Amino acid sequence: MFSRTWQRLSSVVLSLLSAPAVMADWELNMPRGITEVSQSIYELHMLIFWICVWIGVVVFGVMFYSIFKHRKSKGAVASKFHESLGLELLWTAVPTVILIAMAVPATSVLIQMYDTTNADVDIKITGHQWKWQYDYLGEDVGFFSNLTTSQDEIYNRADKGENYLLEVDKHVVVPTGQKIRFLITSNDVIHAWWVPEIAVKKDAIPGYINESWALIPEGQEGLYRGQCAELCGVDHGFMPIVLEAVTADQYQVWLDDQRAAKIAEAAAALGDFTHDELMTKGADVYARSCAACHGGEGQGMGTVFPALAGSSIAINDMAGHIDLVLNGKPGTAMQAFSAQLSEVDMAAVITFERNAWGNDTGETVTPKMIIDAKK
Amino acid sequence: MTTATANHDDHGHHGPAKGIMRWVFTTNHKDIGTMYLWFAFTMLFIGGTMALIIRSELFQPGMQLIEPEFFNQMTTMHGLIMVFGAIMPAFVGLANWMVPLMVGAPDMALPRMNNWSFWILPFAFGMLLLTLFTEAGAPNFGWTFYAPLSTTYAPSSVTYFIFGVHMMGISSIMGAINIIATILNLRAPGMTLMKMPLFVWTWLITAYLLIAVMPVLAGVVTMMLMDIHFGTSFFDAAGGGDPVLFQHVFWFFGHPEVYIMILPAFGIVSQIIPTFARKPLFGYASMVYATSSIAFLSFIVWAHHMFTVGLPLQTELFFMYATMLIAIPTGVKVFNWVSTMFRGSMTFETPMLFALAFVVLFTIGGFSGLMLAIAPADFQYHDTYFVVAHFHYVLVPGALFGIIAGVYYWLPKWTGHYYNENLGKFHFWMSFIGVNVTFFPMHFIGLAGMPRRIPDYALQFADFNAIATVGAFVFGFSQLIFLFLLIKTIRGGEKATDQVWEGAEGLEWTIPSPAPYHTFAEPPHVK
Repeated sequence: MFSRTWQRLSSVVLSLLSAPAVMADWELNMPRGITEVSQSIYELHMLIFWICVWIGVVVFGVMFYSIFKHRKSKGAVASKFHESLGLELLWTAVPTVILIAMAVPATSVLIQMYDTTNADVDIKITGHQWKWQYDYLGEDVGFFSNLTTSQDEIYNRADKGENYLLEVDKHVVVPTGQKIRFLITSNDVIHAWWVPEIAVKKDAIPGYINESWALIPEGQEGLYRGQCAELCGVDHGFMPIVLEAVTADQYQVWLDDQRAAKIAEAAAALGDFTHDELMTKGADVYARSCAACHGGEGQGMGTVFPALAGSSIAINDMAGHIDLVLNGKPGTAMQAFSAQLSEVDMAAVITFERNAWGNDTGETVTPKMIIDAKK
Repeated sequence: MTTATANHDDHGHHGPAKGIMRWVFTTNHKDIGTMYLWFAFTMLFIGGTMALIIRSELFQPGMQLIEPEFFNQMTTMHGLIMVFGAIMPAFVGLANWMVPLMVGAPDMALPRMNNWSFWILPFAFGMLLLTLFTEAGAPNFGWTFYAPLSTTYAPSSVTYFIFGVHMMGISSIMGAINIIATILNLRAPGMTLMKMPLFVWTWLITAYLLIAVMPVLAGVVTMMLMDIHFGTSFFDAAGGGDPVLFQHVFWFFGHPEVYIMILPAFGIVSQIIPTFARKPLFGYASMVYATSSIAFLSFIVWAHHMFTVGLPLQTELFFMYATMLIAIPTGVKVFNWVSTMFRGSMTFETPMLFALAFVVLFTIGGFSGLMLAIAPADFQYHDTYFVVAHFHYVLVPGALFGIIAGVYYWLPKWTGHYYNENLGKFHFWMSFIGVNVTFFPMHFIGLAGMPRRIPDYALQFADFNAIATVGAFVFGFSQLIFLFLLIKTIRGGEKATDQVWEGAEGLEWTIPSPAPYHTFAEPPHVK
């Protein structure tokens, strides 16, 4: 055990010495962001920061003046004063005035942030352990968004990409120039949906639907990244958000594409797949949706997440296996994947699990079997 | 004071019992205070080791040393142990030692209960720590243990955690009752409330806070216990319960708890600064009123920990305004300390150095607290490393430096020896540098967007994290200097005078050094 730790330690030291090029900028401050609200918050933050700095300069100035001037080694003799009503009233009154001066702009920004009325687009965001689900209300578009950073990058077996831990398979696409309302809830524990550039952070709480909003100005199209901000379990650090702002026209095209893709997907499920096709696809789906808990090699993790390699359900009980992936296991971290994965993905990943890591059943699970199991 | 010396001689045969039983059965406030302090120091090293494990993993992006699951157990246990095992027992230890000496009482008012309050603690923390070796692992839901992560989704060790919290709560409540009873009933003739040393005042107020909120903590963990084992749904939305209710109840305990961990440090610093400035404390009465105001306000600000949970606008505004108000009494305290130094005749022995660092660094923590109080900005700060930086500034160079300052200040009285001043100063400067190198960069990574409680992070946060880790190791290992100094001072050193410090005033400096086993068997008279 110790040799393993030493091995890791020495690899840390070595990689530090080689000064990796990925080490990025020394970012010091809150981003200004791209929305009116985020910029108001930034201004407020800077205002309070400078007020604190000036109070600090005065208070610490007096203190250090005393430390240097009124020291015994310089022959200072202590005076005996120990109260002054006037002074004490003054330094109660002055901070009160400063606080009121801070409270006024803070109140107006907060009122603005709470105005979720008259939204053009409604997006329901559901937190899951450990991924986000997006539903575009009234548009018949919805999907899950998973981390795409590989286990190899996380465990230092591969170089880390530029957007390490901040990249997902499906972006949440929003139009610019339109007021977007986020309706935020959770399916299990409390999460928090946070994208700093639009200054939206709201807890996703089971049983609650919290509201927040953003209006991204036209011309600010681009990718904006964020993370879950509330401790939500073992993979709390691995459920990022990628917000993609596009023009209103591109947004409509994207919505149409999503709907078309969904129809195509349903049709594809009725087609035929070879064992090899399903295995290749399954490996992909496994890495994205399963590996975080069950391990990159199906080895499981701790006592909470069982191993799949050699597991009796993954070798013997095919119907039970399909049922478990479709419907999850209540009271455990195993969630229902029926809404998260398409029939093809589901068939592929189950086929993969029944044949990978020595589970050599040779069996193939087809999308049609999944459709039947769902009935 | 001759009376005390005479008492010591008369009662020589009432010295401590021999062997281990002295410590098991003792009802002597000095013995119990010593045990509390050593217990807290042990917990500081255990919790500190966990902090270093956390910082080691965060030294670089990627998972290197531990798994995310163990990382979560470490953050949880680090928080619980430092709050309940290190800071709180250390303050109780100082109160046990010093409150009777400062008010001229022969012992604590309820000595047998005092023994029990202490001896519960090793069992409570033993139980909590043993969960690390169970199959399910230790609690992993953060020291704030938000439901339903800590109920429906918790490891089975949560039940041990709940009973551990119950035991700590019983210990704290009994300790608080004892302190209140001692201060209100056993003061020497002539010592009116407004003549009490500020350490006694701040502890009196802290004890009332403890009695008010520890039962609330016991209540919330009991509700969790019911949810987990007895089918209730207090915090389970699926059963008609409310996860946000947990946070309201928890923070109704949690915010006064924050002041429980800082008010006694205010008291210690208010003793030390006048001593080494050789000038009476400026604004004694306003210090008392400011402490009381902070204690009162602590009950009506809890939801500032919950600005992002979706509270209604009016609620949000109320808690923002109430929180900002705390800046006023806190400011008064800082201004009073600075005015005490002004035109004094200062020397800079180790207790004074820690007290001065306390004033500066606690004030920096206060500034970031004020920033966090501004609700709209809190939407960006909340649950980031900015918050981690804030509360570590008020708890490490705040509460912990206060405790260390107090230990240096009273150590010659306890042991009868002066500590080695050069070693003390070395300990101070290493701690001061270490603490700032660790926690100051956390402001930056928090503002830049790094969430707290994550085992791995995006690449743009790498540099400051590496620096913080280096600082943490400097700070952590510097505490070994403190351990060495303490042992050295206990074993010998320059003989301390009764007054110990040139500018020291108060009853505790009238008795011999080391303080005899029994003091003030006959009450002194305070003019």
